[in-house]
Amino acid sequence: MLDIFAIRKDFPILARQVNGKPLVYLDNGATSQKPLSVLQAMDDFQRNHNANVHRGIYTLSEEATALYEGAREKIRQFINARSVEEIIFTRNATEAINLVALSWARQKLVAGDEVLTTEMEHHSNIVPWQMLAKERGIMLKFVPAKPDLGTLDLGLFETLLTPKTKLVCVGHMSNLLGTVNPVKTFVEKSHAVGAKVLIDGCQAVPHLPVDVQQLGADFYAFSGHKMLGPTGIGVLWARKEILDATEPVLGGGDMIKEVTKVGATWNDLPWKFEAGTPNVVGAIGLGAAVDYLTKVGMENIWQHEQDMATYVLPKLTAIPGVQLFGMQKPSLDRGAIFSIWIDGMHPHDIASIFDEQGIAIRAGHMCSQPMLEVLGKPAAARASFYLYNTQAEADVFLNAIEDAKKVFGV
Amino acid sequence: MYESTLLDHYHHPRNTGKLEPADRQHREPNPLCGDVIEVFLKLDADGKVADVAWEGSGCAVSQASMSALSEKLVGKSKVELDAMGVQDIERSLETSINPARLKCATLGLVAVQKALRQEKP
Repeated sequence: MLDIFAIRKDFPILARQVNGKPLVYLDNGATSQKPLSVLQAMDDFQRNHNANVHRGIYTLSEEATALYEGAREKIRQFINARSVEEIIFTRNATEAINLVALSWARQKLVAGDEVLTTEMEHHSNIVPWQMLAKERGIMLKFVPAKPDLGTLDLGLFETLLTPKTKLVCVGHMSNLLGTVNPVKTFVEKSHAVGAKVLIDGCQAVPHLPVDVQQLGADFYAFSGHKMLGPTGIGVLWARKEILDATEPVLGGGDMIKEVTKVGATWNDLPWKFEAGTPNVVGAIGLGAAVDYLTKVGMENIWQHEQDMATYVLPKLTAIPGVQLFGMQKPSLDRGAIFSIWIDGMHPHDIASIFDEQGIAIRAGHMCSQPMLEVLGKPAAARASFYLYNTQAEADVFLNAIEDAKKVFGV
Repeated sequence: MYESTLLDHYHHPRNTGKLEPADRQHREPNPLCGDVIEVFLKLDADGKVADVAWEGSGCAVSQASMSALSEKLVGKSKVELDAMGVQDIERSLETSINPARLKCATLGLVAVQKALRQEKP
């Protein structure tokens, strides 16, 4: 069991009021709040150790480099990568996926090859592949979702998978439905036909234990800001042998070994893919976030979210008029994300009424328009829980739905 | 924000439908939320609005705002309509619109303003 009240004290923003009510922050799928230790780590760096990394022959630069590379090592441990050479810092998961599209995929895939993604993906795991498909004559196919069950159709996945498939892209946990997809099965089936696998781990790494060696994929992308870290820092994990055989896409400082007027040679991994001065303070903040998550324990965080789902789901689905998307019952394959539709109330109106009560939820298409199309709805209202959310907050959320229904007379 | 006038316009929208043929017609979507409003206008000899109809789907704020706006359009010139803003909608709906919802509230007004900028179809 988490000591949620002790945890909440670590997050200064949770003490504030919004519109005269205590903040109930339920938009963790969009971004998480930050504990004091993360804020202090970034502040301490900028006050006491700031210098550029990998360059100066002086104390401050050595300290900055040690802190930056120390953060990388923390992240390596956190996802159990074999080596820090496999941890590339990006701006966010979107940039990590685009980096794969613009480097490895652009260099290795040819016209006629096929890329598989799924209907359940966030736009960031669809649009880069649409762009590449258009540019290179690659066929992009979608693994269908089963809207009533909130799962991917594994049978159809297998029929779509052919020797032409060169890459399979799948989200570890759906940002709209909270479904945890059977990514290990995806990896095994895809590797059997020689396809590489990219997992979008944006909603998984913050919430459940992730071991990239155990999953066995080829690429794994996630964002720092959804896991208690700052915005502007994300991670691409990729197998060393793939990164070794891939040319960089951004050229400039730090990614080179030697430059002459004739050409340049590339730096070692992971710096080969990190041109220019990186987001040093962001990486240090993410390192501190990983420390915090590790201290609490990812198993404990996942258990807490399972407990939240177990508490919320029967109450939420019992409210007349509420249509919950995805899995209706608590399950090990489901996180604490609840996307709903209520006939007669647009999600934006639900979110506005909630805001008047200090409750922050997301409303709109959630960057999941293809999945919403499958569900036959233009938008959704989503509450997404995290380690600091309490059962009392779940009650505030559930009561607010009843209140909103009264306002609209539905 | 969800006062009785707004909810009344949302539940009982005024002037909905189409005008065929219309002198001006424009469909304005809000890509952020998927709301859409399409307006149909007839103009008099001076170019002022003579008749209005509209169709749309979306949140209560966008739909109620268009409904209330549709009651204020007849007799207005392009210049007068271009000068209108969210404050006119707030006055009609007898409520204040949250800053986060300004785009919803003005979606219909933008549709009307854009319709009047066009030539006769």
